[in-house]
Amino acid sequence: MPFDVYLNVAVGGLLTGLVYGLMALGLSVIFGVVRVVNFAHGEMMTIAMYIAIVLFSALQLDPLVMLVPIAAVLFCFGYALQAGVINPFITRPEHSQFLLLVAIAIIIINVLLIIFGPDAQSVQTSYSYDSFQIGKLIVDATKLYAAAAALAVAIALYAFFQFTAIGTAIRACADNYTGALVVGLDVKHLYALTFGLGSACVGAAGVMLVLIVDVTPSLGPAYTLLAFVIVITGGLGSMPGALLGGVLIGLTEAMAGLIFTPSAKSMFAFAILVLVLLFRPQGIMGKKAA
Amino acid sequence: MSALLKVDGISKRFRGLLAVDRLSFDVPEGGIFAVIGPNGAGKTTLFNMIAGVYVPDNGTISFAGERIDGLSSDRVCQRGIGRTFQIVRPFPALSVEDNVIVGALMRRHDVIEARAHAHEVLRRLDLYDKRSQRASSLTLPDRKRLEVARSLATDPKLLLLDEVMAGLRPTETDRIVSILKELNRDSGLTILLIEHVMRAVMALAGRILVLHHGASIAEGAPADVVRDQAVIDSYLGAEDI
Amino acid sequence: MFSRLFENVSRRALVLLGALLVGLFAAPLVASDYLLTVLILILYFAYIGQAWNIMMGFAGQLSLGHALYVGLGAYTAAALYVHFGIGPWIGLLVAVPIAGLAGAFIGYLAFRFKVGGVYFAILTIAVAEFARVGFDHLTWTKGSGGLFLPVAQYAQSDLWLLRGKPVMFYYILLVAVVLAFVFCRALLRSRIGYFWLAIREDEEAARSAGIDTFRYKMIAVVISSAMTSFAGVIYAFYYNNLFPEQVFHISRSIEIILGPIVGGVGTLFGPIIGAFLLTGMSESLIAALHALGIDIPGAKQVFYGFCLLLVIAALPDGIWPWLSRRIGLSEREK
Repeated sequence: MPFDVYLNVAVGGLLTGLVYGLMALGLSVIFGVVRVVNFAHGEMMTIAMYIAIVLFSALQLDPLVMLVPIAAVLFCFGYALQAGVINPFITRPEHSQFLLLVAIAIIIINVLLIIFGPDAQSVQTSYSYDSFQIGKLIVDATKLYAAAAALAVAIALYAFFQFTAIGTAIRACADNYTGALVVGLDVKHLYALTFGLGSACVGAAGVMLVLIVDVTPSLGPAYTLLAFVIVITGGLGSMPGALLGGVLIGLTEAMAGLIFTPSAKSMFAFAILVLVLLFRPQGIMGKKAA
Repeated sequence: MSALLKVDGISKRFRGLLAVDRLSFDVPEGGIFAVIGPNGAGKTTLFNMIAGVYVPDNGTISFAGERIDGLSSDRVCQRGIGRTFQIVRPFPALSVEDNVIVGALMRRHDVIEARAHAHEVLRRLDLYDKRSQRASSLTLPDRKRLEVARSLATDPKLLLLDEVMAGLRPTETDRIVSILKELNRDSGLTILLIEHVMRAVMALAGRILVLHHGASIAEGAPADVVRDQAVIDSYLGAEDI
Repeated sequence: MFSRLFENVSRRALVLLGALLVGLFAAPLVASDYLLTVLILILYFAYIGQAWNIMMGFAGQLSLGHALYVGLGAYTAAALYVHFGIGPWIGLLVAVPIAGLAGAFIGYLAFRFKVGGVYFAILTIAVAEFARVGFDHLTWTKGSGGLFLPVAQYAQSDLWLLRGKPVMFYYILLVAVVLAFVFCRALLRSRIGYFWLAIREDEEAARSAGIDTFRYKMIAVVISSAMTSFAGVIYAFYYNNLFPEQVFHISRSIEIILGPIVGGVGTLFGPIIGAFLLTGMSESLIAALHALGIDIPGAKQVFYGFCLLLVIAALPDGIWPWLSRRIGLSEREK
């Protein structure tokens, strides 16, 4: 195979990886602050995907235009879920939280199944088949737009945590739960806010992925797993780590799909995960626990 | 008396901070030895090195004539050193009895035999009547004694006690002091304790080491140490003895 | 060991246990074919739940990838049968060490490199997923096309080759559940059991009490994975077809652990109660929706999800700790 085929696939994988990274970022933020592993992460993403599909097919609203409104809907969903359902579980053991989120995932998958049926759906925009050519490099327009949007959302989130008062308060909560309670922070509200933000991230990622993949109600678990792989590879709780992990996994999957067979690509992602767990358990960008 | 525990020139550094600095001392067999010093003096780091949680950067630790530095904490316990934790860590969901049986099983393979031994230890520590309660339901003084019981059940030759008196009322302190004295007298158990409560240290210890910034500033009999000017300046100062 | 089996068991508990056993042994006499298949499913999950519970409930190591051991057991026995005509009981002798080795491999990596908590759980998922994709491409076991066992109408059950009617599988699984229960009870009351509980409660404190935590965690993983592979062998010969996509899938792993969590992690009756409740609930939801004339795919699972949610919210420790207090068996069951 000529070199430029590899290059094209690599760039495609890299761009998709940025969207993966945004999805994983949501998981990472939630775990980093609330210390709950969101086992319904991929399922929440499918909610956003179906909203995008309905808006597009009914009102011809372009998913990229609807990015912010859909992310806002997911934010509300996440906020309500944390405040209403998950909050009593934050002090419970891991397996108890796991069961709760599995139950939520089962409900989401099957409600979507009831409403939309099992068949795959997709969005065909006017630019679905557009591409940019730079020398020998051909880049899909949709992937480029999606990756740019993912990067923008990630930067916005980073700015929120670094430069706003609420963002700082959330980071304080993550560093020292008891300390946050002592100085009078409304931890329950901040946790719900964080879960909302994480959900908004995965929602935004879902809207972009709608442009790239076909959607079925049972898509969720595979993406939940993918988000785990990315987050642990990059470093649980590290924001740049999630993006980097996403790019790395996106790239690996694309290259493995090209060199071996597409159906075996996730094996390579898992192999990377196992290697990272063994040799750098805190993840590539993670800080070593004291 | 020969030295049961011999600490020879050990140091430990954490990210540039020298927690323990070339420290040497001997704990005589059958003695009660106390390490005192202000917060951050390196007492718990010292303990964790003896107990096998940390490996010293330099120096050696010998127990009963054999090197133990670098051994894992389970091996250290198997050699005959029992320990308690500064912040108590009994097994919360297990009963008091089961907590102690776990310790007793280290040297016993039969559960019934271990239970009998655990009962004996529980009686010594005034916990027998509470043996079927969950450890998490105990009061702090009881939990502290439970930790002592669990490590005693492993039949140690040396017991490391990390601030077992902290947070106790004077009557509770006196109770533990008398239990420890009895153990030391009856079974020849050697005790190394880190303690802030001077009332307990003065009542128990045959020898005291004062630690300051990771190094020893005084060592000797209790009456001599508390009169030492360096000790008064750095540590005892305003404290009421 | 046998003489201590009934130690500390109250009369009341013995009577209840006896009645339950008699009921289960007599069930096929009265149960319809449909009910029998449901009971087989319940026993299957009760058995695996018990095996999973050794790792999580006793030693505190959360595995979310137990489908791996089911799959290895199933594929080993089935492939030996299909390729060489080797019967399942001999196949079991091969399957058990293979699954045990897989468990030892995961355990060794995780415990040597200090991969714990959530990370350990995700490592177990990762290895199971790795196996799923791997078996998809393994031609010796027919890859993603599926491995099929020859099936015929059986007039008589052949216990040696496990060819026969569902009732045979029912009794095999019932015996397995009883043996697993007795085995787990003996383990829990043994030296190993005490050490496991200590590790589950506080690993560092356990180590300072002289417990070689690496060794005992390894023992837990190996026993649990080896035990689980037996269920895989039965699965293969009961269903007669194996697809990597089904056998190794993460949702299989989740199914396995729902029962013991709902029933009560770390308890001996939890996995059994959980299996009865969840499978029973699932089947009655089907019946109820059918009776109401609701025929929507997914409707059952939505109700199932809400039921799970309610149970875990109302009884965080699971059903058995609560139930045992209600029926007056409050003394510790171990």
